[in-house]
Amino acid sequence: MAVLEIDDDTALVAPVAKRRKLGGLFLCAVAWILLIGLAAVFAAFLPIASPTDMDMLGKRAPPSAAHWLGTDSLGRDMLSRLIYGARVSLTVGLLSSVIGVTVGGALGMLAGYFRGRLETFTVGGVDVLLAFPPLVFLLAVLAYLGQTVLNITLVIGVLSIPAFTRVARAVTLSLSEREFVVAARALGATHSRILLRELLPNVSLPLVAFFLLGVAVTIVVEGALSFLGLGVPPPAPSWGSMIAEGRESLDIAPWLAFLPAGTMFITVLAFNIVGDTLRALTDPRPGAL
Amino acid sequence: MTNPPLLSVEGVSVELPTPRGQLLAVDKVDLEVAAGRTLGVVGESGCGKTMLSRAILQLLPKKAALSGRIMFDGQDMVQLSPEALRRLRGPSLAVVFQNPMTSLNPVLTIGTQLIETLQAHMGMAAPAAAKRGIELLAAVGIPAPEQRLRQYPHQLSGGMRQRVAIAIALSCEPKLLIADEPTTALDVTVQAQILDLLAREQQRRHMAMILITHDLGVVAGRTDEVAVMYAGRVVERAPTTTLFSHMRMPYTAALLAAIPKLDSPPHTALPAIAGRPPDPTRPLRGCSFAPRCSRADDRCQAAKPPLDTADHIGGQYACWHPLQPAAVARA
Repeated sequence: MAVLEIDDDTALVAPVAKRRKLGGLFLCAVAWILLIGLAAVFAAFLPIASPTDMDMLGKRAPPSAAHWLGTDSLGRDMLSRLIYGARVSLTVGLLSSVIGVTVGGALGMLAGYFRGRLETFTVGGVDVLLAFPPLVFLLAVLAYLGQTVLNITLVIGVLSIPAFTRVARAVTLSLSEREFVVAARALGATHSRILLRELLPNVSLPLVAFFLLGVAVTIVVEGALSFLGLGVPPPAPSWGSMIAEGRESLDIAPWLAFLPAGTMFITVLAFNIVGDTLRALTDPRPGAL
Repeated sequence: MTNPPLLSVEGVSVELPTPRGQLLAVDKVDLEVAAGRTLGVVGESGCGKTMLSRAILQLLPKKAALSGRIMFDGQDMVQLSPEALRRLRGPSLAVVFQNPMTSLNPVLTIGTQLIETLQAHMGMAAPAAAKRGIELLAAVGIPAPEQRLRQYPHQLSGGMRQRVAIAIALSCEPKLLIADEPTTALDVTVQAQILDLLAREQQRRHMAMILITHDLGVVAGRTDEVAVMYAGRVVERAPTTTLFSHMRMPYTAALLAAIPKLDSPPHTALPAIAGRPPDPTRPLRGCSFAPRCSRADDRCQAAKPPLDTADHIGGQYACWHPLQPAAVARA
């Protein structure tokens, strides 16, 4: 039988072209996230001063060989505090987004796939959570349960569920209409199989992109909480509380506020760039399918 | 036909709720398909062909109301539990959809989709399933199947994707394959290849097949029996050769006349069927084709013609004023 369809060439070239689109900015962003992440994870093993040791004779010292980024108003090493502060920011940022993406993603997929009453309840619950003023919720919970990293993570995580639910539900709704889902059912696939094997791979790409944007937002939220004194209690360092402390000496030692602010800015920007790039990669695909 | 039919659809109706009222998508349809035979279901867009196929597969939208019996291999599909139904699909019943662009999962490789089906239904181990997957892809005429297994649907052409979809449908050795407009989204040259492929596999596997299409030309050489649907009803049903030689229903004749012919001179106007199908939310009292039919009279407006056994062998038609075999040419 003569079956000739010549598309080998195009098919083999395609994956190479895609890699080139990522660009230098994306790589810089990934490198920065890796740098911050590794420093935070291995902070205890790095040859840096303790973040809480005070050097009362060297308060607000400019950068020097002993203190690469200077010291703060209590003589504590800024570099060390930045790295330990990254621990808090990244832990809260990543973990609370993980909570949001798993709970919200699961709820959204179930609601979008099964529809009916489950969807009504999920969407209703999500709307209630969205309508609740988030800052009031945060203040109330943290005031009662205490300002620990775990509590902050949990509360921000719960608050991020609605957004993920909506994204997951919207994507699942449009995918469930596709014939490959009907085809899978026509082949006798179970609901769980369709959800996990057919839909999840499709939903996960937009969710991962949204997850990274969520991390960026959460880092800012944690910073704002710490700035307001509602984050991890002192003396544990956090970028937000460092900015708050540095604010008092902006005129004599501006780096005390600008260093943590800059670090947070670059980190948030990096997560946004990575998230945006991934989103851009996934966006044109539905049109091409 | 001596042995009982593999599939018999008895008085099946499908009603869909719409904002404009109940829509009668399928109206008391009776069909039969014996093992190893091919039935063509022909009709224009919106005549209920797809809803009928979804009813047979029990994959109707949740809101749809189904009545009637669908006997498959001695079991009433309508009464089966969801679990029993699920086990029936795949190994017994499979389907090929119209659009191969959307019927394959875009983010999984061809291999994953094909091999997982084999593992799930045939209980094959991964290496055996991979080997069988390559065989299946080769059987549906895909060159270099080993490489195709690692590719994603978007890396294949439309015809290739439809071949993959057919390979997946055939992977569980179904007894009945429903092909729902399998070639509508494809190039004309590829259409013939896909239809030949379906016919060949149907013959080789002694599988029953329902070929749903809007093109009478598609069913002409490739089916044993044809059912013509209009506005949710079967309006003519006959063995394929009888249908084309002794066409009785004016609608069927009009459909046939609407196919462009190679031997007609250039710039000839194509005889299209005037008007549109009736609004399915407001069923007509009489024959649903009457408003568009040149032979319609008062009787056609007043009463629905039943699907009667015709005077010739094996055919049935629903018309008060059937065409005489000689009159087909003029219609």
